[in-house]
Amino acid sequence: MSSTTTFMNTIPIAKPIEEDDDSVGNSLWKDAYHRLLKNKLATFGGAFILLEVFICLITPWIAPYGFDTQTLELTLAKPSAAHWLGTDALGRDLFTRLLYGGRISMMVGFLASMVSVIVGVVYGAISGFIGGKLDNFMMRVVDVLFALPFVFLVIILMVYFGRNIILLFIALGFTQWLTMARIVRGQVISLKEKEFVEAARSLGISNWNIIKRHLIPNTLGPVIVYLTLTVPSVILDEAFLSFLGLGVQAPMASWGTLISNGVEVMEIAPWALIFPAITLSGTLFSLNFLGDGLRDALDPKGAKD
Amino acid sequence: MTRKSYLIVGALALALVDLLGLYSLRTPAKAAAGKQVIRINNGAEPKTLDPHGATGVYEDLLLRQIYEPLVARDAKDLHPIPGVAESWKMSKDGKEYTFKLRTNAKWSNGEPVTAEDFVYAWKRILDPKTASEYASMAYPLKNAKGINTGEIKDFTKLGAKAVDAHTLKVTLENPTPYFLSLLDHYSLYPVYKKSVDTHGDRWTRPENFVGNGAYNLKSWEINKSIVMVKSPTYWDNAAVKIDEATFFPVDNLDTEEKMFRTKQIDVTREIPPEKLPFWQKDKTGVFVSSDYLGTYYFRLNVTKGPLKDVRIRKALNLAIDREKLVKYVSRGNQNPALAYTPPGTGGYNPPKVLPGDLSRLAEAKKLLADAGFPAGKGFPKIEILYNTQEIHKKMSEAIQAMWKENLGIEVGIINQEWKVYLNSMKTLSYDVARAGWIGDYNDPNTFLENFMTTNGNNMTGFANKAYDNAVIASQKEVNLEKRKVHFAEAEKILLDELPVLPVYIWRRNFLKATNVQGWYPNIQDLHTLKDVWLEATPG
Amino acid sequence: MGLRYLLGRLAVMIPVFIVVVTVVFFMIRFAPGGPFDSEKQVPPDILKNLNAKYHLDESLAKQYVRYWGDLSRFDLGPSFKYANRTVNEIIAESLPVSAELGLISLVWALLIGVTAGGLAALKPNSLYDYIPMSFSILGICLPTFVIGPLLVLVFAVWGGWLPVGGWNTWQDRLLPSLTLGFAYAAYISRLTRGGLMEIRSQDFIRTARAKGLSEGKVIVKHALRGGLLPVVSYLGPAMAGIISGALVTEQIFNIPGLGRFFIQSAVNRDYTVVMGTSLLYFSLIFVANFCVDIVYVFLDPRVRYE
Repeated sequence: MSSTTTFMNTIPIAKPIEEDDDSVGNSLWKDAYHRLLKNKLATFGGAFILLEVFICLITPWIAPYGFDTQTLELTLAKPSAAHWLGTDALGRDLFTRLLYGGRISMMVGFLASMVSVIVGVVYGAISGFIGGKLDNFMMRVVDVLFALPFVFLVIILMVYFGRNIILLFIALGFTQWLTMARIVRGQVISLKEKEFVEAARSLGISNWNIIKRHLIPNTLGPVIVYLTLTVPSVILDEAFLSFLGLGVQAPMASWGTLISNGVEVMEIAPWALIFPAITLSGTLFSLNFLGDGLRDALDPKGAKD
Repeated sequence: MTRKSYLIVGALALALVDLLGLYSLRTPAKAAAGKQVIRINNGAEPKTLDPHGATGVYEDLLLRQIYEPLVARDAKDLHPIPGVAESWKMSKDGKEYTFKLRTNAKWSNGEPVTAEDFVYAWKRILDPKTASEYASMAYPLKNAKGINTGEIKDFTKLGAKAVDAHTLKVTLENPTPYFLSLLDHYSLYPVYKKSVDTHGDRWTRPENFVGNGAYNLKSWEINKSIVMVKSPTYWDNAAVKIDEATFFPVDNLDTEEKMFRTKQIDVTREIPPEKLPFWQKDKTGVFVSSDYLGTYYFRLNVTKGPLKDVRIRKALNLAIDREKLVKYVSRGNQNPALAYTPPGTGGYNPPKVLPGDLSRLAEAKKLLADAGFPAGKGFPKIEILYNTQEIHKKMSEAIQAMWKENLGIEVGIINQEWKVYLNSMKTLSYDVARAGWIGDYNDPNTFLENFMTTNGNNMTGFANKAYDNAVIASQKEVNLEKRKVHFAEAEKILLDELPVLPVYIWRRNFLKATNVQGWYPNIQDLHTLKDVWLEATPG
Repeated sequence: MGLRYLLGRLAVMIPVFIVVVTVVFFMIRFAPGGPFDSEKQVPPDILKNLNAKYHLDESLAKQYVRYWGDLSRFDLGPSFKYANRTVNEIIAESLPVSAELGLISLVWALLIGVTAGGLAALKPNSLYDYIPMSFSILGICLPTFVIGPLLVLVFAVWGGWLPVGGWNTWQDRLLPSLTLGFAYAAYISRLTRGGLMEIRSQDFIRTARAKGLSEGKVIVKHALRGGLLPVVSYLGPAMAGIISGALVTEQIFNIPGLGRFFIQSAVNRDYTVVMGTSLLYFSLIFVANFCVDIVYVFLDPRVRYE
């Protein structure tokens, strides 16, 4: 590992996270929290997400119909007073199915993304920071995993572990963490040669602490952005895993399956596509506002433009 | 603007339209201007164009154009008509056929089609080295099975001899009443020996291909298109009207329908199920719906759990409203299946044992109570298995809801990817599983033999000696009326024991441009372009 | 970064390649179902013939050795499903189509994505930010299987300006490449904006700004380089994916590309095709990531490999 940085002397050392005592961790998050609350859009986004989570929790009590209650004579009906968002191809109330679908999709979206973030960030940070042979090895493992035929992976996992909800999160998180790891590694490689890292190192701080205290917080920006991209894509990927028999089981629905069913009837019953799509977009907008707000709030340099 | 600039703008606009290809896009199948060109969606990329490697409908439509069988079929009612054979005679015991081949039948390279070509082709499909999946279609020939399994090494023992270049003598293992319709199946098409010998696996490529059909292979690009042109060497080419045909492998039903609407194709393979109600109301005459030789049903595993009890199998059968399922779920003008074999198969009409509606629901409830589950109480958890496809999902969901409502039992639904699903069926690891059967030939045997104890397609665990005997008796009988008695006997046992839950008789629904003529509906959905022509579109 | 690093990196590919071949080879055979399972059961005698023809009756170890033998002659074997085609032929015919579609889409994606992301980062929390970012969110929520049919409906069915499907004229390229490009543009614009916002607050940018450079110049000359790192990291694997074929887009527009083989071959248990496509994909990933690592150095001079 090269020991000198050319930038060290040419660029004035700005303020890194200079404090080293343990209280910093707390105050960092506290500050961030206050900054977040000041950001109106972010607060709105957070509130919207919380509201959705709340609705999901109470769905069984507020849903107007059962998610599997069919009225075969009333298939693909237009939105009406009885069915606010219309009905699907088996005459089931779409509003109800959207509510129930939210329970699955929100859970899948957040949990699977969490899996991918935690694994991806830790893996990428270690690989990028240690560098050298280990980096090479770890990244080649990622290459191999990328190349594995995903369909087979899921099928085989299902043979050995059955159709298990935990398996669903693992399978969904699986493809996502690989890209996440590469993104974090890229950031870390670029960061680790920076002044404040050198400074921390010269102060004798352990590698793990450098990764935890200096590198990971500094990669949070791209990580949060990629995370907000991961949530919708795992929600939609879930529909693909349903194809392999791993996702949500009929007659339950998820947002992903509602959207893919909606596409098929786009011309006949546009509402069957529009409402799930609006719901997913709304969630994603909120998530983005929240994500951007979080990113700004967590920016260790507190930079504001 | 001056007149001149108007002209320039006009010319530019025309050029632009031309450049964008809008003009050609909007032209339907060309008829009037000399050349007749048709564009058909085949529905999928064919596995192969080797008739001995083919296994399904996606190859059938293509092979049927580039080969001519010994005995062909009438386009409307499918009765056997002369193909390469001009005439034939059957011996009294039904075990021997003598075919007279027409002398003007030619391969696409101009060489005559001879009796020896058929003998060669049949030996080839039976050769274990060819490893043909559909070799069993040739098993009615004497010693065919032995040759295929490797027990008989001497291929000359096969019950097919070329007496001379234009006389073919065929000996069968058993009298096989449907033998003539088998000859129209691609497995028994002739192939051109020299091409196979010279080019190996590549003999089906357009540059190496030699066929004897009304059309010749012009190009074949994987997943893109297959183009065929009228064959100049075909003996009856004066009667062939379509000059060129393009087959597309579009497997996305939605894309297919949109290509039809924008006049990129003239005949579709299917219609997206969601759009059936819309097309059924169509007044322009492009919607075609015809009977099809197939049954959509569910398998009931008789070896496991509560379904071991015939009373429960019967209760499940009586507690679904088939008419409603057809009307609101499958939606394609299908008829409810009141027996297993489709009515009219080979002239046989099965007894109508099952109800189309819920008229016998009380009986179902009683049967369930007798079996120890009054009003469904305490009924163990069973699952409906389907292979991933939207229409099967809907059907399973609807049936699940009907059982819940009518019998008070809770049934789960699971789906599996195609090969996993097949594996579950084979190993009997399911309770109720979605299934379908399309007849290989127009005879009840293709349906009924499946539920014989040792048949690989049984996959329900159903084993019944009396049933087996009835089917075997029908196979050995030549007289149709006597066979019908055996069929009915077998069918009756099947519907008493109910290892199946028939839902509906299949139907083919597709779109066909109005100027396409001669694409006659028939129960096996077999179409030879030789019968088809394009009418000049008015305007 | 020296030549030694480059050579070392390439040398690593060999053991990794061996691992991929081995893992994939055995993995696909553990999945239930075989290539010749079908709705109509193949009788056992006939199945025996089929297995013998494709050497599936041999022991796994023997098959594995045989596969390496073929592979050393660059022979990926015959397809089980498409009986007259070899895997080499399938790839040779389909990959160029997918690559063409992928490259056009990539151009769209970068053009739209980086512009939108850059614009948003230039004036954050303004209309320049909100409008492109809203589109990007829509692009993420409306995946290709929604956008594709929607574009077809509007431009082909209702408008009649473009064909629904096919792969012959340049008009055939428009809708699918936009569909595919849009999906990637959505991601790229978000990552670009995120990366730029991140780097804008960093020291050397502040220095540049302090020197009196205009904000636009700062972005283009300094920030864009470092700020694109996440985009580049994302592009490595994405590029391999986009070039080797996009299943959904190819299916919607009936394009004869390689993408549909990735899922189809798995569903068919067409072992040789699964192997072939996986190995190809791996090679593309490897090359793409290799390029990405080199591009890092150009984008951020502080990055070094030893």
